[in-house]
Amino acid sequence: MLIRHPDDILPSEITPPDIYRERRRFMQGMGALAAGAVLGAAPDAEAGVKLDGVRASAYRLDDDKTPYKDVTTYNNFYEFGTGKGDPAKNAGSLKTRPWTVTIEGEVGHPKVYDIDTLLKLAPLEERVYRMRCVEGWSMVIPWVGFPLSELIRRAAPTGNAKYVEFVTLNDPRRMPGQRSRVLDWPYVEGLRMDEAMHPLTLLTVGLYGEVLPNQNGAPIRLVVPWKYGFKSAKSIVKIRFVEKQPLTAWMAALPQEYGFYSNVNPQVDHPRWSQARERRIGEFRKRDTLMFNGYGAQVAELYRGMDLKRFF
Amino acid sequence: MGAVLRNPKVWIALACLLPLLRLIGLGVSGGLGANPIEFITRSTGTWTLVGLLVTLSVTPLRRLTGRADLIRYRRMLGLFAFFYACLHFVTYVWLDQFFEPAAIAKDIVKRPFITVGFSAFVLLIPLAATSNYAMMRRLGRRWQQLHRLVYPIALLGVIHYLWLVKKDMTEPLIYGAVLALLLAMRLPWGVALLQAARSRFAPVRSCVRGRDAPARTN
Repeated sequence: MLIRHPDDILPSEITPPDIYRERRRFMQGMGALAAGAVLGAAPDAEAGVKLDGVRASAYRLDDDKTPYKDVTTYNNFYEFGTGKGDPAKNAGSLKTRPWTVTIEGEVGHPKVYDIDTLLKLAPLEERVYRMRCVEGWSMVIPWVGFPLSELIRRAAPTGNAKYVEFVTLNDPRRMPGQRSRVLDWPYVEGLRMDEAMHPLTLLTVGLYGEVLPNQNGAPIRLVVPWKYGFKSAKSIVKIRFVEKQPLTAWMAALPQEYGFYSNVNPQVDHPRWSQARERRIGEFRKRDTLMFNGYGAQVAELYRGMDLKRFF
Repeated sequence: MGAVLRNPKVWIALACLLPLLRLIGLGVSGGLGANPIEFITRSTGTWTLVGLLVTLSVTPLRRLTGRADLIRYRRMLGLFAFFYACLHFVTYVWLDQFFEPAAIAKDIVKRPFITVGFSAFVLLIPLAATSNYAMMRRLGRRWQQLHRLVYPIALLGVIHYLWLVKKDMTEPLIYGAVLALLLAMRLPWGVALLQAARSRFAPVRSCVRGRDAPARTN
């Protein structure tokens, strides 16, 4: 992890956008023009629309970023099907407006946020993070969002709030994959309070400087870069502060394979495959997986004295 | 040329090559997606399993249709299954593990789904090696005994797939169900069922050919 001082230029502006994105934006522009001509209105919340006022941040990497096309067509998002290409194909059915996010549980200020209010809660910043999937592949993604701690502070958790639970939308009409019982819907994830408050934990609304595509968890998702990808809940409708450790969707489905913490750890294998190495999307040879996905300097302290084999 | 085109073996061979041609086409056109190595691994594995099941369906089909000549295509189908198994194995050893013997050995010993997949591949080798007429003649009765290995091989293949998936077992279970059906059709009541179906739907043919194809257990 390389932390530099923030400057005015976004990494996504330094790298010339690849041809795919150019073409895609052109087509979307044409589509928006056509829609605008018919409806007399321009959509403002759709994937591909540039987000305004995004600041650069200190969280940058020297690694090459994974191309936009791969980030948005190779996804695990079982709400739209279990194939990697299914979310990009099926997520068009997800309408992200109107959308509310409910803050409840052990908090002084429970609240129901309208998504457009939530987007303006704190200044948006770009953060380039590694993303390591539990299946053994990884990406480098320039996310846009703000620290989850900004929201938590406003909610004023009580002394009983030991964990935070994140709940994804449960609506088989908008999420056709939920018609299959492959997981127990809704998708639930959770973090310990100190993990949720950690500055790396990002409430995310965009990538590559643009509104988050549906298949990447629109309109709002979590990004916890030192944990396996499935910990970063997508399309969140509820954030609940609780005293007991939440039962996450994957723990409920396969308790012997998925633990609550699920920190990226090359020394603790998944029961059925090794976690020692990973294939970075776009690369040929596998590379070694880093402890805490390379964020050990920032997060190792959270787990001091814990047996990470036991708390996997 | 006409004779070649009338030979069903030519068409079957071409059909068996389609999955490979598709992979090459996708590779050339950049259509293998974000994780091409995973795509190739999955695809060659899938077609190995399909090839095994198609090979195993020859005998039940023969009994159902009374067409004993179908047996002529079985060897080629089996060899194509082996061909895709080889591609699958090479993809793993080369593209996935990059010829690192230590990593591969550890995988085979430690990962049950790799252990069963590797076992299935190793067991296929003697079957492919003894598939020609000379070996059939030399081995005599033992040839058939040896080639019954294809049943555990197919079973290991399905288990290999089942243990590999993260959660959605639909596809491996479909392969498992087809295999179970094909194996059941070899049990005495399965054979009886096939023969009953044949005499019901094709009474004429069953009269002509019903008796001349002795019930074999392969």
